[in-house]
Amino acid sequence: MSKMTLKTEGDTHVIVTRRFVAPPEAVYRAHTDPKLIQKWLLGPEGWTMPVCINEARPGGKIRYEWTNGKGGAFYLTGEYLELEPHSRIVHVERMHLPDPTPDNHVETRFDADGTGTLMTMRMTLPDAQTRAAMLATGMERGIEASYVRLEAMI
Amino acid sequence: MHSRLNLDAAFSALADPTRRAILARLAQGETTVLELAKPFDMTQPAISQHLKVLEDAGLIVRRVEGTKRPRRLAKAGIEALGQWLAMLRTALEKNYDRLDEVLATIEPHKKGETR
Repeated sequence: MSKMTLKTEGDTHVIVTRRFVAPPEAVYRAHTDPKLIQKWLLGPEGWTMPVCINEARPGGKIRYEWTNGKGGAFYLTGEYLELEPHSRIVHVERMHLPDPTPDNHVETRFDADGTGTLMTMRMTLPDAQTRAAMLATGMERGIEASYVRLEAMI
Repeated sequence: MHSRLNLDAAFSALADPTRRAILARLAQGETTVLELAKPFDMTQPAISQHLKVLEDAGLIVRRVEGTKRPRRLAKAGIEALGQWLAMLRTALEKNYDRLDEVLATIEPHKKGETR
């Protein structure tokens, strides 16, 4: 089964789509309620998110901190730009490794798809080099995989 | 790492549409520089520069055949890149599989399903 798609667009975008059986209201909530985010936005097995700050309002802060319990840790910060419950979220985010990566501008749409939801996440990086670097950095850290999207062009 | 693939260099190399097109052409088999240059409105030195970037990234290799230097995909490099992409994709899919489970518990009005 292949519910998820992952591709690049132009030089600076990465597009991820995924279908869910739940309606847009529920999927939107799972992206904005810290208690729910902590249950799934974890990357590879073995990682947890002990700190999850998510102020779902324009200008609201985002801060996720992950740990693998073995000394591995890093965090992400961001800000909300626009929220249209329950159909659209626009935010910026950056990883801290610990130096901050360039801002990743992310638009996430939740469209009704039958009784379920089609989620489309469109990421925009400042330039092609940043996109390449973001993707390459992901491997060393592993868990950024949660935030890193890449074409499967090969 | 199990190959000479340099990930930073590989992704930088892939950031350029001409180089992606060159890789796509090489995916069909070994090709001379002259043939590679044909579809592009570019001088041979310009193409050679792109080929050098791909070579340094571990994505292609060259062979000496008389005065020609035909290029082909570097199997190990391409496979390593493919494995990495698969790993990335797996981690992302794992997130969304977990989200499916979360959604199943917060979606009370789904008929006929219990937690």
